[in-house]
Amino acid sequence: MSSKTIKVDYLARVEGEGGMTVKTKDGAVTDVQLNIFEPPRFFEALLRGRRYAEAPDITARICGICPVAYQMSAVHAMESALDVQVDDQVRALRRLLYCGEWIESHALHIFLLHAPDFLGYDDAIRMAKDHPDIVQRGLKLKKTGNDLMALVGGREIHPINVKVGGFYKLPSREELNELIDPLVWALKAAMETVQWTGSLTFPDFERDYEYVALRHADEYPMNQGRLVSNKGLDIPVSEYEHHFIEEHVPYSNALHSTLKTRGAYLVGPLARYNLNFDRLSMRAQDAARSAGLGATCANPFKGIIVRAVETLYACEEALRIIDDYTKPDTASIPIKPKAATGFGCTEAPRGILYHRYRLDDRGMILDAKIVPPTSQNQKTIERDLREYVTRFIELPTDILTKQCEQAVRNYDPCISCATHFLNITVQQE
Amino acid sequence: MAKKPRLAVWKFSSCDGCQLSLLDCEDELLTIAGAVDIAYFPEATRAVLKGPYDVSLVEGSITTPHDEQRIHAVRRQSKILVVIGACATAGGIQALRNFQNVKEFTSIVYASPQFIETLAKSTPISDHVTVDFELRGCPINKYQLIEVISSLLNHRRPNIPRYSVCVECKRRGIVCGLVAVGPPCLGPVTQGGCNALCPSYHRGCFGCYGPKETPNTRSLSESWIRDGMERHDILRLFRTFNAYADAFRKESDIHEQ
Repeated sequence: MSSKTIKVDYLARVEGEGGMTVKTKDGAVTDVQLNIFEPPRFFEALLRGRRYAEAPDITARICGICPVAYQMSAVHAMESALDVQVDDQVRALRRLLYCGEWIESHALHIFLLHAPDFLGYDDAIRMAKDHPDIVQRGLKLKKTGNDLMALVGGREIHPINVKVGGFYKLPSREELNELIDPLVWALKAAMETVQWTGSLTFPDFERDYEYVALRHADEYPMNQGRLVSNKGLDIPVSEYEHHFIEEHVPYSNALHSTLKTRGAYLVGPLARYNLNFDRLSMRAQDAARSAGLGATCANPFKGIIVRAVETLYACEEALRIIDDYTKPDTASIPIKPKAATGFGCTEAPRGILYHRYRLDDRGMILDAKIVPPTSQNQKTIERDLREYVTRFIELPTDILTKQCEQAVRNYDPCISCATHFLNITVQQE
Repeated sequence: MAKKPRLAVWKFSSCDGCQLSLLDCEDELLTIAGAVDIAYFPEATRAVLKGPYDVSLVEGSITTPHDEQRIHAVRRQSKILVVIGACATAGGIQALRNFQNVKEFTSIVYASPQFIETLAKSTPISDHVTVDFELRGCPINKYQLIEVISSLLNHRRPNIPRYSVCVECKRRGIVCGLVAVGPPCLGPVTQGGCNALCPSYHRGCFGCYGPKETPNTRSLSESWIRDGMERHDILRLFRTFNAYADAFRKESDIHEQ
């Protein structure tokens, strides 16, 4: 039997640090582990005894890449507990803020983290020497998302304007108008990005996934909707914990989340796309089709195209919201604390992010539960690696290693959320 | 051509937001990359150049036995070591464990706490190694980061003021919320750097940049108590992202019931 060991000490271009081991024997994969060593930060514990109003600012610190997602799930959970219904325009502004985060986070992943895999570079800076226009476009798109977050949220990392009951301060019509030109450019750049990502070369690799995402009556999902899957799940967010469980495995500091009845599932852009294609704008649907995607897509490597489609959609949606905006009379609704439990689930760039809080009659948090997207994808990432290595075991070691890294990056794993140290080892006994 | 200085970016326990600030310098990133060799920055590149490094940026706090060792290796390889963000300068939000029993914390989050290896306290980098410069913030201000990098490359001291958020408020002509409106505002005792962001959004400062130079936290708390604010609310105000920074820690301890 030939024996070889493939080892990468540190998986780069992901948020946080993690490790991975694939073991094979006699040409078959015997074990796959995604090891997450990111030091635990105990957010659920330190939230106990804090006031309901502090949750958006505290949970934002779980992740510097997707703080808006944490703030959105937190405010929705608190508002569901405290029976608060925000103004339609406030709701639209939250969606606008989320569009900013989707654009920023997707542009970061497409251009700086994922594209170098497809084009064969160590990073986007080296890629920029040969493809300056592509990298410049990516950076400018990313900046547009950041500018949108900075205006609505106050700043791009850990925004300060999100509040249970609304916002601290509402933007004026004139301030929002400033964003129109950059967004019109970004929409065009995103359309070019869809075409460009569609022209990349993809491994022939599809799997039969259970996709889980929010589904809303008439929107592509961000802040609200029912939790649905392509295998029969259709529940309100409040029933999440009846259907999903978290397991603690010895090799990971991030809990593994699974469906009680069917095990591993997939969340994120691919899941949203497969479950909500009909909720995309016509322009986004047309762009997806012309880039070679159908209404469904089961190749995780094509997630880069789906992210580009979602970026396009987010630019279009941001322009629509700005166009429809009239500044409400009040920025936020006064809150009356009470003993209650609240649930929130929103679509972070990487997939559904679930929060649950139990409050006492003074509005102090008694306990909290947070399930980030990456801990939900861990099992599916491991399955992808198992399947990928099994299928392509004949490839030379260095190529297979790089492709395994790429397969992990398909999920844009945010290990800081789930938790840090992605270290790939393909070991053959 | 002279050899370019080598820049390294290291992560410890953190949210990744402060190192993301470097990638958020969209207009400047390629210029920075032209001025230095990005020798180690796993979030951005799989290429690794060997040390020693001219400048190391360190994000995150020390929370595990492994990281307690690793930070010494980073120090040995770095000519100048700059810590960035509240986790690295003060232990971060995860330092709230320092006020409680960490075993209880672990069992609240994890079903099998025996798998988790963690230290009882989350501590700033300066508790472990000599630090050459501290850049504050939760998150840091990316323009201050550029100032730090460019000043160090040009062999001068970074121009990062240690004065309070109040100075920035006055400069922007923002009406003082503490005096006129009355919500608690940590501005008088918090270092600026955000350009009085929260006051400009009609909310009180909540202390992202940590204690300013010579903060009079006692006087501020006493005035809140006179105004009828409850001690446990004052305690929580000082115990967030910079809870373990000396001045904020001491003040919050006074309000511990």
